[in-house]
Amino acid sequence: MSQLAYLAPSSPEEAAKALAASGARPLSGGTDLLVQLRSGRTSPSLIVDLKRIAGAVGIREEAGGFVIGASTSGAVLGEHAGLLRAWPGVVEGANLIGSTQVQGRASLAGNLCNASPAADGVPALVAARATCVIVGPNGRREAPVESIPAGPGKTSLAPGEFILEFRLPARPPRASDAYLRLTPRTEMDIAVAGAGVNLVLHEDGTVAEAHVALGAVAPTVLHVEAAGAALVGTRLEDEALAALAAAAQAACKPISDKRGTAEYRTRIAGVLARRAAVIAYQRAGGQR
Amino acid sequence: MSETLERPAAKADLQVVGTRPIRPDGADKVTGRAAYGADFNMPGQLVGKVLRSPHAHARIVSIDASKAKALPGAKAVVTAADFPDLASEVLEGGEQASNLRDLSLNVMARGKALYHGHAVAAVAAISSEVADEALSRIKVTYEVLPHVTEVEAAMAPDAPLLHDHLFTEGLEARPDKPSNVARRHRNLRGDPEAAFADADVVVEGRYVTPPVHQGYIEPQACVAAWAEDGRCDVWSSSQGQFMVRTYCAKVLGVEISDIRVTPAEIGGGFGGKTTVYLEPLALALSRASGHPVKMVMTREEVFRATGPTSGSVMNVRFGAKKDGTITAAEVELKFQAGAFPGSPVGAACMTALACYDVPNFLITGYDVVNNTPKVAAYRAPGAPIAAFAVESAIDDLARALSMDPIALREKNAVRDGTKASYGPTYQNIGYVETLAAIRDSEHYKAPLGPNQGRGVAVGFWFNVGGESTAAVNIAEDGSAVVVTGNPDIGGSRASMAMMAAETLGIPVERVRPMVADTASIGYSMLTGGSRTTFATGMAVVQAAEKVIADLKARAAKLWDVPADQVEWRGGEAICLDPKADKKPLTLETLAAQSARTGGPIAAQVSINAQGAGPGFGVHLCDVEVDPETGQVSVVRYTAAQDVGRAIHPSYVEGQVQGGVAQGVGWALNEEYIFDAQGQMENPGFLDYRMPVASDLPMLDAILVEVPNPRHPYGAKGVGEVPIVPPLAAVANALRGATGVRIPALPLSPPKVLAALDGAKAG
Ligand SMILES: Cc1cc2nc3c(=O)[nH]c(=O)nc-3n(C[C@H](O)[C@H](O)[C@H](O)COP(=O)(O)OP(=O)(O)OC[C@H]3O[C@@H](n4cnc5c(N)ncnc54)[C@H](O)[C@@H]3O)c2cc1C
Repeated sequence: MSQLAYLAPSSPEEAAKALAASGARPLSGGTDLLVQLRSGRTSPSLIVDLKRIAGAVGIREEAGGFVIGASTSGAVLGEHAGLLRAWPGVVEGANLIGSTQVQGRASLAGNLCNASPAADGVPALVAARATCVIVGPNGRREAPVESIPAGPGKTSLAPGEFILEFRLPARPPRASDAYLRLTPRTEMDIAVAGAGVNLVLHEDGTVAEAHVALGAVAPTVLHVEAAGAALVGTRLEDEALAALAAAAQAACKPISDKRGTAEYRTRIAGVLARRAAVIAYQRAGGQR
Repeated sequence: MSETLERPAAKADLQVVGTRPIRPDGADKVTGRAAYGADFNMPGQLVGKVLRSPHAHARIVSIDASKAKALPGAKAVVTAADFPDLASEVLEGGEQASNLRDLSLNVMARGKALYHGHAVAAVAAISSEVADEALSRIKVTYEVLPHVTEVEAAMAPDAPLLHDHLFTEGLEARPDKPSNVARRHRNLRGDPEAAFADADVVVEGRYVTPPVHQGYIEPQACVAAWAEDGRCDVWSSSQGQFMVRTYCAKVLGVEISDIRVTPAEIGGGFGGKTTVYLEPLALALSRASGHPVKMVMTREEVFRATGPTSGSVMNVRFGAKKDGTITAAEVELKFQAGAFPGSPVGAACMTALACYDVPNFLITGYDVVNNTPKVAAYRAPGAPIAAFAVESAIDDLARALSMDPIALREKNAVRDGTKASYGPTYQNIGYVETLAAIRDSEHYKAPLGPNQGRGVAVGFWFNVGGESTAAVNIAEDGSAVVVTGNPDIGGSRASMAMMAAETLGIPVERVRPMVADTASIGYSMLTGGSRTTFATGMAVVQAAEKVIADLKARAAKLWDVPADQVEWRGGEAICLDPKADKKPLTLETLAAQSARTGGPIAAQVSINAQGAGPGFGVHLCDVEVDPETGQVSVVRYTAAQDVGRAIHPSYVEGQVQGGVAQGVGWALNEEYIFDAQGQMENPGFLDYRMPVASDLPMLDAILVEVPNPRHPYGAKGVGEVPIVPPLAAVANALRGATGVRIPALPLSPPKVLAALDGAKAG
């Protein structure tokens, strides 16, 4: 019968060393890990709690951008006025996770590394072109968020590696983002599809830069460049939105399962991308 | 009894009934002190767990438990071999009758596993981990058989048969071949075919509903302890400790009085806890191991092995005259029963047309076994399913006639004196009053927004009385303890205390209601059928009246006046003889002197309560649909119901709101999803989508009070009616919002979007 040990190191190096052991698993909020532990889906021999590591919890501004401790809870993200102003879409994605109780624990790193294709916190991070700082037995490296998930339940992290923080770039004026998902219930549900859109506008209201990321429509989150390109140079006229939706739908490679058919997920991804783009555009000060 | 209460008491005379005191069990429940099934523990107890069939239908060739028994820490293994092989025998339980043999076979499979999740063995071990290890060491050899899930597939002549001995009952002649159809119900009045031929308008539809679970928050849990002398104790969460006692005694073949069952606080039942699953296993494991055994289901086990209510396929046809008079109806109901006969299709047949005065009809129902868990009662069993079909068709009829949906129902409404479709003649019903309450509501006249629609649906439930015992014990200081044998699942402690306080004429705070174990109070049928406030409440009132008669006799003795010169009023004995010049004697004074006047003041009453009044509900629902995603939200809901008289209005409103919430879940998102092997794919609340609080608007309840003259305070059952109309109310509102009739539940976003597409395509 299995034994389970628990460790809460205070330095990233110590954590990386502990995590290098086979059967070791990092812990942030535990809202995925503990559930999986209880249901018997996972049986680690060592749990390494990352929350005592300096920088793993909390938000700081740096060079005009933000550095978010990877284990910071959704509740803390939602109360940070500066982050909310610059990246409302990233925050709303994180804040859609679970319920008030779950928000007190759930983190972006856990959401990303649990590697569910439907993770709500991830599409807006990808659309934001966020990166993560990874610590491992061989030191630190930085990688784009979308390079982490490798398929349902799988990440590209090497043994011993964990995410210490997320970095969001500095924000120019007239820039904003949004995230929308569809769930049959209003909360405590898993996205049938999700869309994050990040826009930067020119002074005249035309789109200068656009990034669109989709969740739950492929084995991993999708950064759909063609969908972003469909918006650049437009004021989100109906044709531009239709082109966005079409590009988003063309990129979808979903499965049919108990949570939705492939056809439905694809169609909804287009609707959500369109609606999220309009919200981001209005937040950035654009007028349609 | 000498006391002559006017029945029902006039509302103006009531001091306690109809007020809203804090519920006696409230503080325990909000502070977490209340002890539910899984909260009870005994020294030395073992952990019991169940091995369940991984196949939907399989012959059990052999079970080898030797490796499990050899595991250190594993103290007992039981299989069907440890239970008596019982003969078929019908037991009248409460909500639904059950067959003893089927009950026993459902608790532990014998020879065949009939659904994925069916118990085939159970172990008791010193820890959860050892129990899991022991389960994994039991080797069961199965011969997998073809299975059948859907009701019409199970009715097909070439369907895999679940039971070789099952021959359809209710046919003109006994069939010569076994079948999965356990029974055909049939009810014919007049000449429906001729009436259809004569009708100006005919509407018809085919309707489909999936099985849905009761979804109680608390999974089944119990502790059982079997003593060396054969006496046993069970602590468990159920809707009836006496039901648990009887069923355990029968399944294990022991004397009923040798088992004492203590009811835990219950975390929801909704009908689903009117039978046993774990208790007989825990007792058998305790007997085999010599230790107390605790068993707690996981949510997954709750979904895989405890009763949902039936999935169905239904056909409904109505014929009417141009003026809206319904002249003909045909209703055909096919219900899944799960692994053993006993779907609620009989009740569904009886309730289907209970709100309508129709001269010609044919109602047919089929009770069909299939390879899914045996269904269990769920709030007004069968009625919501039938009402979904009937009320959808009535809505279509109103459209076809260009009639207001309430006016159509008023035109055809049953009233006092109408012979109900299921037989009796209605008396003291409040159906038309309830229709009027919705018709006259502000909600019915409020404008609708874009993409919104409004639906009306009605519903009926019999409500029952039955056997109940209650005791009223007066303490030396004049406070009172009211003891009953009915678990409190909907605020019944409050109602019992209030009716006792009202009768005795003392403040409700001076009455403490208790739910006792099976050795401490006389028999009571379980809490179900909306019977407790009515039937057990009647026993409480009668026990309080007996106490009053005793108090009056004692006062007469103290005053030395004839007993008929004493009246009980406002909690005091009053001497009617002005010449005697006696000051009133309060309950406190009489209680303090009880030793001198004959000893303790207490009374127990056992009754078989008759005269439960049927209940009617009329619901009004507004939905908004997102035309691009098919997502449906309920934006406004008003439910009116004839409740007889609300003893505690807040808890009656709570019953109405709770029923609506469950009905909305049934309408919008809940369903069992089975894979090709007959295994449920969504055995958890993440993918079995019951509504969460934020899915619902405030649910408005209108209490219509047409008192029941057969109850001292006018009460009718209230807990079940509220789940009957919502399925159709939501579906009719969606029909209004979209112009499309979707006759299959749930009305989930993909299905709604596909229907909208279909309508666009023409
Ligand atoms: C009731 C409930 C509702 C939920 N609702 C939603 C929802 O609406 N949307 C949604 O997307 N999710 C939902 N979830 C899932 C879960 O809450 C989220 O995925 C959450 O973000 C996980 O974060 P956590 O910090 O709790 O992760 P943990 O459970 O701590 O970890 C999750 C995984 O990531 C790994 N991990 C944790 N931290 C790191 C790190 N820093 N570096 C590398 N690996 C790491 C862990 O080893 C584990 O494999 C819900 C969960 C529950 C219980």
